[in-house]
Parts: sequence; structure tokens; C-alpha cells
Amino acid sequence: MAHIQLKNISKTFGNHTALTGLDLDIADGEFFVLLGETGAGKTTTLRMIAGLEKPTEGQVFIDGVDVANWGAAERDVALVLQQYSLYPRYTVRENLEFPLKPKIRRLPDAEIKDRVDRAARTLRIEHLLDRKTDRLSGGEMQRVSIGRAIVRKPRVFLMDEPLSALDAKLREALRTELKNLQMQLGATFLFVTHDQIEAMSMGDKVGVLNHGRIVQTGTPHEIYNNPRDTYVASFVGSPPMNLIDGKLVDGRAVMAPLNFELPFAGGAKTGAAADGRPLVFGIRPEDVYLETGAPVEARIHDVENHGVEKILTLRVGDAMLRATVPARTDVEIEQAVRFAWNPDKVVLFDKGSGINLRHAS
Amino acid sequence: MATAVMTTLDPNSRSAARGMSDLTIRNLFIIPTIIFLIVFNIFPLLYSLGYSFTDFRASSPAAANFVGLQNYRELLNDPFIWSNFAITAKYVIVSVVGQVIVGFGVALLLNRDIPLKGLLTTLLLLPMMLSMAVVGLFWKLLYDPSFGIINYTLGLGSFEWLSNPDMALYAVAITDIWMWSPFVMLLSLAGLSAVPKHLYEAAAIDRAGSFYTFFRITLPLVAPILMIAIIFRTMEAFKTFDLAYILTSQPTTEVISIRLYKMAFQEWQTGRSCALAYIVLIMILAITNIYVKYLNKVKER
Repeated sequence: MAHIQLKNISKTFGNHTALTGLDLDIADGEFFVLLGETGAGKTTTLRMIAGLEKPTEGQVFIDGVDVANWGAAERDVALVLQQYSLYPRYTVRENLEFPLKPKIRRLPDAEIKDRVDRAARTLRIEHLLDRKTDRLSGGEMQRVSIGRAIVRKPRVFLMDEPLSALDAKLREALRTELKNLQMQLGATFLFVTHDQIEAMSMGDKVGVLNHGRIVQTGTPHEIYNNPRDTYVASFVGSPPMNLIDGKLVDGRAVMAPLNFELPFAGGAKTGAAADGRPLVFGIRPEDVYLETGAPVEARIHDVENHGVEKILTLRVGDAMLRATVPARTDVEIEQAVRFAWNPDKVVLFDKGSGINLRHAS
Repeated sequence: MATAVMTTLDPNSRSAARGMSDLTIRNLFIIPTIIFLIVFNIFPLLYSLGYSFTDFRASSPAAANFVGLQNYRELLNDPFIWSNFAITAKYVIVSVVGQVIVGFGVALLLNRDIPLKGLLTTLLLLPMMLSMAVVGLFWKLLYDPSFGIINYTLGLGSFEWLSNPDMALYAVAITDIWMWSPFVMLLSLAGLSAVPKHLYEAAAIDRAGSFYTFFRITLPLVAPILMIAIIFRTMEAFKTFDLAYILTSQPTTEVISIRLYKMAFQEWQTGRSCALAYIVLIMILAITNIYVKYLNKVKER
């Protein structure tokens, strides 16, 4: 088990800058999720912790020790990759035994068998032990590669989008399994993903990475409800947060080009300083609701039925807004509706910098 | 399906305008090749099979007499022929093992990120592209005891590579290794670069040492393609003629194809040499078969 710290890490590949001034602190036993789009530098961060890549600048600490000159083997980490990387031509058992067999730290056979059996039981792959790896399904392969990580009892588990190549059902199942596994082992997990649902549902803490910079770190709750800037707001959540340009005028939100108004409750908190300044209002789709007699009129542009709920796209002038409503709401496309928002849930961003006003002050 | 493709021809095409069907065009391409094969390969093959049962001599006008299996019986009982086979076996083993070690080793070196890799690979491939006869003549000069550059560089004085009966076969094998290691290298390189990089990373993470990684990951994955290289080289080495013939004329380097050549064109025992050729053919087929069986087993694993 270990505590991981990255201090001011930068990494460049030729002309391409993958990471800039990255600071990260992952507590012992924490399930930390690194969330970002493809190419944001997630995998690079992970490989740097694993020792497969050297930072151009900055330091990596594992349990307070600078591991700059340690190879992957000495760092004692386990890495699970998206492409499984099982050793071909071996059976599942041989794959699980692989990390235990090198001569340098060869364990007694009984111990090896015991550990393999235990890992197989945890991941429910006991019936596959004598199968060749190329006769496994995707989910089974990924379980084997997770198994290969856990037989060794490493200090840190690093997972690089381990679930993204699996189909939806299996992804859900393994998500729960992984989370349970982490709690059972009490191990430090660093989980990299581009899927914000994975991040929200699994992480004790989430770090959002954008273009090689950590934009925000916090609990899933913080990230979701109080995004640091418009990037996080639009990246996290599905559908994403609605972002509307506007101004505060006398405690009311006035949407600039559209000239519709909504009540705003947080006026006192943000202070009069925000008055009249160009802002971006952020509101989660579930905090937008339809109501007869609500202040603003819109037309239904699109309806997405998700079973338990419907996601409506509302059109006001030429702006689009998403609203999540119960599935029983009966609406038709091009129907005129009236909507309001939950004024307590509105988040204000500075128009120029995109930074959340609550974070700026 | 296939016939449908064969017989339908775009009615607007030029061939159609000339009144040719797909079938005609196919025959136009294939028939010359088949005729060539029959005339120059299959016919001589069968004809020599016929001769192998006679006492025919191409040098004499006497008619050939059918002698049954006598040629085969005598050849297989001839201790000299067996010593030729033993020499050939020794040569094959030395040269193929040498080529695999050198070729695979160089491929391992080339499989990392090194500057000028492309140029280096191309240069290393050059020996393979030379003519056997040219290589033979050059190495004869290189091996020369009095002015050869090999003795000069290694400081061996006037060590006799080719006229020393114990050394000559190895000298030929060394030349063959020099010439054909690039071939093994090329195939190994293809095999090595097909090993996914993430497997090595996974092994590094799993704290496997370099030997362990090599024997548990690299070698099993490259084995099938290496096997193919070995099959090719064994077949080639088994029928080596030019290198050995040009470099030396020691009795210790008389590999089976030289023996065959002498029997056919110096002693003019045409019938008997046909029989010997068939024995060699069967042996090569047998050895190749063993390899192919093994290759399939390697692939299955």
C-alpha cells in the first residue's frame, strides 16, 4: 500500500507537450480516478508512475521516496491495460503465475498455487484456469489481467482504461467488482478513464485532466456540483451541464443575446461584484424543470427516451438547453413549454476565463 | 461462384471486343507456365525416375538396361555415399545453427531504437543478394593463407583454411553463415517487431528479468517464423553445391550434391546418379516434413 505524489511533473515528446506542471496527491488506500479526454495525458501520467516513462521535469514520490531512478520492477506497481496484454500461448493459470515465477523472488509452489487460486476465486475465473488465453472472451481476458495484478500484492494498482473495450453490461458488472476488490484489498488504485460515469461511480477522488493539466481534483460530488470551470462542467455529466451566456442584473439572471430572465438565488454569496459583468450560467439538466406558469417559454427541439427518464432539448431563440425530466412527462417535438431552473443549483462562471466564481474568490 | 467470375466478362471491355472470354484470358496466362513446368520440371523428374532403374550412361551409345532396384541397393550400401551424407549433415548443422545464432542475435540488436537502423539493416542484407559464385571467389581470396585478409586481421600467420582437410568444411560453413545470416535476421526481425510492445511492458511491471522475458515471451512468439527460416535454410544447406565446389576440393568437403555432380558428369553414371538424386530428394522431403509438423505444433501452442 502506498501514498503517491507527483510534484510539478512535465513531459514532452519531441515538440508535443503531454503534461505541464502536474501535481497529484493520491492517499494510501484511495481509489483515485484520473478523468480526461483522449490525449489529455492520462496514460502518460500513469506510465510515469509505473516507471515506463521518465518525466521531463518534476518528481514522483512513492511513500515519500523519490523514485526517479527506479525501474518498473522496483516500484512494485501493477498495471492493467486496456488491451489486456495477456501472455499468449499460455493458459490462464500460467498467466497468473507469471509474476510469481521469476527466479529472483521465486515463491514456494504451494504459495504460488494458493495465491493464484485465491485471485481466481475473487475474480470468478476458477473454471477458466486451464484454458488458453486466446479462447477467452473480452471480459474474461480483462479479469485475468486484473488477476495477474492482484496475485502479486503490489503497492499500487494502476489501471489504464481497463473497461473501455468491454460491452456495456460487462463494464457495469466489472465496475462494481473492481470497486469491491479495492475495498477488500484496501489498496491504492489509480484508475484512468475517459468515461465520466466510471469516474463518478468508482472514484473516492477524481482528477480532471485537460491538455496535460489537472483542472480540478475532488470528490465526485464536488466535481459534479461545483465544477471549477466550464471545461469540467461540460465534460462531467451526461448530458453535460447547460452553459448559457448572460449577466446578473439586480439579482436576476439575464441571458444576454436572448433576453430571457430567470430568478437567481446566489446573488448574496457572489456579491455585487458580479453584477453586470459578462458571465456564463451553468445549470445541470436535472435542475431544469418544466412547469406551467414558469418564467420562460421554449419549444421542444428533441426528445431522447432513456427509460427511467427523458432528456429534452429545449430551444429558446437559437440557444439549446437540456432538461432531464421523468419518463412519464408527455411532450411532443415543437410543442411549446414553459421552464424554470432551481436557482440554488446555478453555478456562475466568468465569461472570459471560464473559472467558477466560487473557486476564484 | 468462381465459374461465375470466370465466365462473365465486362461486355464493354477491350478483350470482349476482341472476342475473348474470361476463360480464354485465364488460359492465355496460365498455360505457358504450365507447359514450362511440365517441360523443364515434371518431365525430367519423371524421366530421371525411369533412368534410376537402369544402367544408362549418357556418355555411351549403349542402350539402357533395366536393372531394377540395383542402383538403390548399391548406393545405400556404399560406405562412401554414407560418408558424403555425414559430411552434408555436419555442414547443415554447423551452418544452420550458426546462421540462426548470428541472424537472430543481430535481429535482437536491430530490434531496439538505434540510429540509422534502416540503413544498417539494408547494409546487413547485402551478402544475401550476391551471387553464390561471386561470394565463393571472394572468400577464397579472403581465406588465402599467404595474402588473405582474414589471417592478416586475426594474426593467424599462414593458417590454412581451405587446404586443411579438418578446417575446410567449417570454412565453407562460415562463408555460408556470412551469406545467409541476413536471411534469418530479416525473418526474425519481422517476428520480433510483431511482438506487441505492451507485453514487454507488462513483463517489466511483473518484475520479470530480461532472461525470463526472453525465454517466456520473445522466443515463443518468434518461434514459428524462426522455424520457417530454419526450414528454408536447412533445405538450402542440404543441397549446397556452388559454395563448396568453388571454395575447395577437399574430400572432407564433398557434400552430397558434389558427389552427385561428380557421379553424373565426371563418371557418367547417369542411371545411378538419378537414383542418388531421388534418395536426396526423399531425404529433404522427410526432413522438411518433420520441421513442418513441428512448426504446426509450435503454432498451436
